[in-house]
Amino acid sequence: MEKAIKKYFPIFALPTLLAFTIGFILPFVLGVYLSFCEFSTVTDAKFVGLKNYIRIWGDSTFIHSLWFTALFTIVSVLAINILAFAVAMLLTKGIKGTNIFRTVFFMPNLIGGIILGYIWQLILNGVLATIGRTLTYSSSYGFWGLIILMCWQQVGYMMIIYIAGIQNIPGDLIEAAKIDGANNRQLLRHVTLPMVMPSITICSFLTLTNSFKLFDQNLALTAGEPSNKSEMLALNIYNTFYGRTGWEGVGQAKAVVFFILVAIIAIVQLRATRQKEVQA
Amino acid sequence: MKKKLLSAVLSATMLASVLTGCGGSTGETPAAAPAETTAATEAAAPAETTAATEATDTTAAGTGKVYYLNFKPEQAQAWEALAAKYTEETGVQVDVQTAASGTYESTLKSEIAKTEAPTLFQVNGPVGLATWNDYCYDLSDSAVYKELKSDDFALKDGDAVKGLAYVVETYGIIYNKDILNDYFTKDYAVVKSVDEINSFDQLKAVADSIQENKDDLGVKGAFTSAGMDSSSDWRFKTHLANLPIYYEYKADGIGSTDAIKGTYLENYKNIWDLYITDATCEASLLSSKTGEDATADFALGDAVFYQNGTWAYGDLSANGMSDESLGMLPIYIGAEGEENQGLCTGSENYWCVNKNASAEDIQATLDFMYWCVTSEAGCSALSGEMGFVCPFNAFDSYPATNPLINIANEYVSAGKTSVSWTFTTMPSEEWKNGVGSALLEYAQGTGEWSAVETAFVDGWATEYAAANN
Repeated sequence: MEKAIKKYFPIFALPTLLAFTIGFILPFVLGVYLSFCEFSTVTDAKFVGLKNYIRIWGDSTFIHSLWFTALFTIVSVLAINILAFAVAMLLTKGIKGTNIFRTVFFMPNLIGGIILGYIWQLILNGVLATIGRTLTYSSSYGFWGLIILMCWQQVGYMMIIYIAGIQNIPGDLIEAAKIDGANNRQLLRHVTLPMVMPSITICSFLTLTNSFKLFDQNLALTAGEPSNKSEMLALNIYNTFYGRTGWEGVGQAKAVVFFILVAIIAIVQLRATRQKEVQA
Repeated sequence: MKKKLLSAVLSATMLASVLTGCGGSTGETPAAAPAETTAATEAAAPAETTAATEATDTTAAGTGKVYYLNFKPEQAQAWEALAAKYTEETGVQVDVQTAASGTYESTLKSEIAKTEAPTLFQVNGPVGLATWNDYCYDLSDSAVYKELKSDDFALKDGDAVKGLAYVVETYGIIYNKDILNDYFTKDYAVVKSVDEINSFDQLKAVADSIQENKDDLGVKGAFTSAGMDSSSDWRFKTHLANLPIYYEYKADGIGSTDAIKGTYLENYKNIWDLYITDATCEASLLSSKTGEDATADFALGDAVFYQNGTWAYGDLSANGMSDESLGMLPIYIGAEGEENQGLCTGSENYWCVNKNASAEDIQATLDFMYWCVTSEAGCSALSGEMGFVCPFNAFDSYPATNPLINIANEYVSAGKTSVSWTFTTMPSEEWKNGVGSALLEYAQGTGEWSAVETAFVDGWATEYAAANN
């Protein structure tokens, strides 16, 4: 068997490897190269060394969007996971209409970010109009608008993962705990939570990276207004690359920095939650 | 160990196929159209014309094609119709794409790097040309350049002609004649005829009294909403900002500068205050007001004044404004000698031909441009449906049907001095955005006017330095 796999390995792997190279490795390498260049379109780059990386730190909008994104990520990861877990707990209690509720909660996830952004822009502007304000009046409105939007979109998805995790807890484990006299709180703290740790790992990974890389929702909801104060990192990179003549290389350098940041955060987070996982 | 490696590679490829789900398909597009790949090699080496002609013999008989990246969303459909007509007449393929409002530069930047790059695109003036100079074909020997009425409408780099202005536009404060005439009959009217509005003070007095008596006049405000959404903010951060810059240039006798002083910023503040105070909506709602909102305010008769230009005619008439009720006033900001000030006239629409396109495509593009400004169909579409004033010889026999243009011409024949478009010398888009954001924050009360001054004066210096180093 293994011999056969070895023999035909190139044939099976080649198409995907090729696609992977064209669609991922090449653009990535080109992207890193471009971050050391000055250019107006990607086909006429001129090597300038580390200049772009130095110019990043002269751009105050980048630092601001970095903090804005970090804060947003913390709040949204906590909010989404707590809500999703709570909903998952409710919907595994066997109440009537569970399936309908699960479907309804999951649905927002099927709508694209741009459309969601515009829908929520209308809703939130409608609400804020009662106090004579709009979403882009100040960046804190944009911030909380984004949190609401992201919760609405992501809670259903994370809920499905948590439900799968909760349903996988062996019934005898819970029964044994109950016989030992564990109350609901202890059951949650010492049985359910450790047992769904793998789900928590994957959910916190997904929400963390999604929030950090958020782009479409940000673009559609506030587009960074007012004065780039609600601009997140991905949008900041986009605006630097496309919005400012002569700053294309800087945008590219920001993207590389961004990639390294996301990678570090994701690895640290995976390590941290993995350690807490237990075997039944 | 080997097993582990194998499973690692296998899972990596599996992951890869998931990740490249989107990437892979875009990578395949050129392959799906094999005829276009020849064009790619030509574009890469335009010098090898002989090789290129041989190569294209196998494709569409070497006719070349045109890809026009249009700047004006207002005229998107008219351009597509004209392109279809040209294809019908000559068999040459003409694609027209229109960038959404405020996204032209980013669209152009990504489109021009493609194999199928635009052959015809636009720059907005000297500052735009600085970015795209390396892509512009020298038009000095082209037939279409010889049709241009005057060299004033050509964008030059030394002796090379890099861009041709194909439309001259005018903006000011469009007003609703019916409502204003009604106002003149009222006893609270501060003036009795529109001719008396010839200074900022008069304009403000009229606007204030309209605002005060808006219920009696049946309007919601004197001015339309000064929307700061990206579909409308250019009216203020670019077009309105033109006036203080124009007067400063005039006072200093210069045509561009590396450091603006902001001499007329106080006037800028006054007119902006007027726009946001005597308006149809609360200033705190401006950030989400769009260009459509302002058009609707005006076309539905909810506002008397609307700062916009000749290009707005199509939208206004589509929304039910009749030609007779349209009038236009200069934008008075309270500068000295402004009673002789006319409307703001100029161009920020320069046609440029992509010199990296194949020789056939360049020729096809030049032919298309020539056809647009000389043929009966082209001229009538540009002057009629699109409502343009085009600075080409043939257009003398095609008078404009756009009433706003006729109003603009009346100002010129009455001896008023047109305000030139100095905003083509603004250092960068970033500068405009900075001013726009500061204007908005000032309007909604979350920022001070000093932030506008900083963005205007200091922003100019830093952006100018950044763009010219």
